[in-house]
Amino acid sequence: MNSPIKTRHVAVWRGEGEIGHFETYDVPAYDNQTVLDVVSHIQHYIDPSLSYRFACRVGMCGSCAMMVNGEPRWTCRTHVNKVVGQDVLEIAPLRNLPVIKDLATNMDPFFEKWVKAEAVHHSSSSRDDDMTAVLPNDAERKKADAGIECINCAVCYAACDTVAGNADYLGPAALQRAWTLYNDARDAGKQTILEAVSGVGGCHNCHAQGGCSHYCPSELNPMQAIAGLKQAATRALLKGKL
Amino acid sequence: MLTVRLYMLQRVTALLMAPLVVGHIGVMIYAVQGGLSAAEILGRTQGSVFWFSFYGLFVLAVSVHAAIGLRTILHEVTGLSGRLLMFFTWGTALSLCVLGMRAILAVTFLVRGVS
Repeated sequence: MNSPIKTRHVAVWRGEGEIGHFETYDVPAYDNQTVLDVVSHIQHYIDPSLSYRFACRVGMCGSCAMMVNGEPRWTCRTHVNKVVGQDVLEIAPLRNLPVIKDLATNMDPFFEKWVKAEAVHHSSSSRDDDMTAVLPNDAERKKADAGIECINCAVCYAACDTVAGNADYLGPAALQRAWTLYNDARDAGKQTILEAVSGVGGCHNCHAQGGCSHYCPSELNPMQAIAGLKQAATRALLKGKL
Repeated sequence: MLTVRLYMLQRVTALLMAPLVVGHIGVMIYAVQGGLSAAEILGRTQGSVFWFSFYGLFVLAVSVHAAIGLRTILHEVTGLSGRLLMFFTWGTALSLCVLGMRAILAVTFLVRGVS
């Protein structure tokens, strides 16, 4: 790490539950410093009681997402210099999720909606059957492949204004996962998925504002997946299957 | 708050409204350009099944479309849900329908003797 060139003022959300406030810390500024480095510095050298969540530090696990200057980001891969304007750095817990303490949110509502969206595997065969062939050039497989690299970081969920206004809305990540399974040759739950995503909190609530696709750190396109679900559900409805 | 059925209803009514809006604007331009008086307009609309059907369909489509749209906005802005939201949706649809139909009936079948 390079020697510090200056000190950065960092406002960090502190508190339990929904009650809290921003506290400012002076953190040495380095080149190539990530937002997670800044949070870790505060916990290691200034206040060990700061709570936050991370694991892999390389953008694979999806644990460290936070609001950085009001925008949802994966903090381990977000360089401070790229997000700081006028030396202000404000770090808060992810939007649209209940706060446990400081920067750690309760992810339960996020993952519960994956199950509600039937974004779970529906087995089409037993261990006695031959393995289903997964053809990489198949049109359906390509649709599934477009969304399978999701790391469950909830950045899209925090970016979504529909989630903010509609507590029942399943959200971009759960719907994208449902779409990948809908297009998976090994999944036997197409009808179950369509029924799950066509109810009160389903895909039809999406306003296509595109926050999910704009902020997805893996550069996926949940909005396109949701459009696919809308189209599939519409076809099923017209055929009398919904 | 939108199920697949409400979503489809809103889109189908939008499809219906598109040509009707174009027709309505065309009629307005024609009426204004030609300098038609109120009596002359009523002379064309009174007793006309065509104009009653044209604007009747328009009013029905607007009532359904607007009620679903306002329902979504109200839920997302205020969090209103359940029965209250259902009453609001039906109330909006019925109010728009009654107001619109009253106006259409007034110019097609109810008004007489305007000179």
